[in-house]
Amino acid sequence: MFLGIDIGSSSSKAVILDENLTMLGKAVINTGTGTLGPEKAIEIALSKAGLSREAIKYAIVTGYGRITYAKADKQITEISCHAKGVAFMEPNARTVIDIGGQDVKVIRLDDGGRVENFVMNDKCAAGTGRFLEVMARILDCDIEMLASLDAESTKEIIISNTCTVFAESEVISQLSSGAKRENVAKGAHHAVAKRVAGLAHRIGIRPEVVMTGGVALNKGVVSALSQEIGQTISVVKNPQIVGALGAALFAAEMFKK
Amino acid sequence: MMNSIEQMIAGFEEQSKYPAKAVAKVMKETGKKAVGCFPYYTPEEIVYAAGMLPIGLWGGQTEIKAADKYLQSFCCSIMRANVEMGMKGTYDSLSAVIIPTYCDTLKCICENWKTAVPNNYLIPMVYPQNIRIEAGVTYMMAEFKRVQAELEKVSGRAITEKDLLDSIEVYESYRKTMQEFVKIVNQYPNTLNARTRHFIIKAAYFSDKKSYTAKVAELIAELKKLPEEKFDGLKVVITGILAEPDALLDSFVENNIAFAADDLAQESRQFRTCIGAGKTAIEMLARRMSEQSCSLLYDDKKTRGQLLINLVKENTADGVVVSMMKFCDPEEFDYPIFKKELEAAKIPMLYLEIEQQMDAAEQIRTRIQSFAEMMAKH
Repeated sequence: MFLGIDIGSSSSKAVILDENLTMLGKAVINTGTGTLGPEKAIEIALSKAGLSREAIKYAIVTGYGRITYAKADKQITEISCHAKGVAFMEPNARTVIDIGGQDVKVIRLDDGGRVENFVMNDKCAAGTGRFLEVMARILDCDIEMLASLDAESTKEIIISNTCTVFAESEVISQLSSGAKRENVAKGAHHAVAKRVAGLAHRIGIRPEVVMTGGVALNKGVVSALSQEIGQTISVVKNPQIVGALGAALFAAEMFKK
Repeated sequence: MMNSIEQMIAGFEEQSKYPAKAVAKVMKETGKKAVGCFPYYTPEEIVYAAGMLPIGLWGGQTEIKAADKYLQSFCCSIMRANVEMGMKGTYDSLSAVIIPTYCDTLKCICENWKTAVPNNYLIPMVYPQNIRIEAGVTYMMAEFKRVQAELEKVSGRAITEKDLLDSIEVYESYRKTMQEFVKIVNQYPNTLNARTRHFIIKAAYFSDKKSYTAKVAELIAELKKLPEEKFDGLKVVITGILAEPDALLDSFVENNIAFAADDLAQESRQFRTCIGAGKTAIEMLARRMSEQSCSLLYDDKKTRGQLLINLVKENTADGVVVSMMKFCDPEEFDYPIFKKELEAAKIPMLYLEIEQQMDAAEQIRTRIQSFAEMMAKH
């Protein structure tokens, strides 16, 4: 049995695969690096698979918290793991857009599904899950509700500031001058999409485009991003666990070596 | 034998990491005055000819507080650090500071320095936009002569033609030695890894050039006695203003990536151009500058891409790492041009945006490791 752990900035994910690369267990916990999240995610994935820790032959850790996590056999970056996971689930994918809690990655894959080039955002939270968290707070809704608000919108309120902190005050002033929450939600999704599209254009976008990461669950962002880059975007099943799946796939490969 | 090599490298590292201490020591040993030289290029030979020590001022890991009064947060981190340290009194032991005006930030500093660091004697310098044409050379000669007169005032003695020629000889020997050093790195990439290579080169800024050159020559001679080192990692050419802080260099070492060559303003760009021909020492210096290539100097032929491609080929490197100094306009203007050329030549590239006061290097670490993983699969 092989374990992949993805310790992100705001969530922890675990995937367990058997020798035939069938997924036996998976878990997503909404606390990330520096918390008990990773251990909880592993426990849940193990219990779903009906296994004990001893059954794991090889474990690989990835994500922001990979360097400090000591219980895995090896650490690999989330760039390589997301590419690996996507290539396994969607062999025709050539561009992967991963939007996580505090970073954005665009990965271009070659015809063999290997990383050909990649680009990441800077330290700044613009265009990440964190930006949407801030927007959800001002709009007084759960982050999961942003997409349904957007679905009710009649027009897009343009948010011109890419900086999360400035965008927050911009949105507050929009709301105080009577802008509808639904239209602001749409604006927030497009703000993320524009930022990510800019990043994606830096390395070039080749179809098919696949989205991973927690933000891929938000249909408003997916549709806005698809408009911004002018391509259809497919979202893999369980987009949050793709990094952990990639890590588990690497674990299986490395164990055989 | 290995021990003496390790000791020599440790000595260079000590000098690079603690410049103030190193400068105080060399001033005491030589009894010479010291003159601060701001990035990127100043006529150090004239300072040396005046019997003084040219000291490179390349910022550092300092918390920026006082400098905010003069430079906004979108100015380059080297310049912010230099102003901060000037205001804090770090440069008080220097008899003067030469500030050339290569970029917009340097132009502002040149004026601000007079009020920000009033006790520090300022020698401003202006380089011509067109360095390659004859008028540019003539102008540079006039400017060097003006700087020479200023330095004569600071040192309290006249600088003769012989002084200048002797100084040029010291610098030419330094440049040739360093050119050999950066080549030999390829044969000893484990001993001269990204980190040690940087410290050895940087130590030059805080030393007496003549004794520094002798030390590097000694290191080269000791290394040559050893068999070439086996290396199974990646070899890259690094380009940009500089490759700092330490955490950045550590990430390269951790991921087994060696610098086969560099095109950094703080490193090879300082010594890859040899002295020019001329009737006088000043003309020789001006002719050398007119041959110099750097993002800070106007290059109508846009040769940087080809220069990088050549460095990759000559050193059988696996790719190019762009160490982009955040908010450095001249570097950012060059980037799209050479990026296109490198892509056309199918040379893999890693783009890193850096700052000297980068506390969290996590993202950089992920990028470097991802690049290593990506290249390993190819």
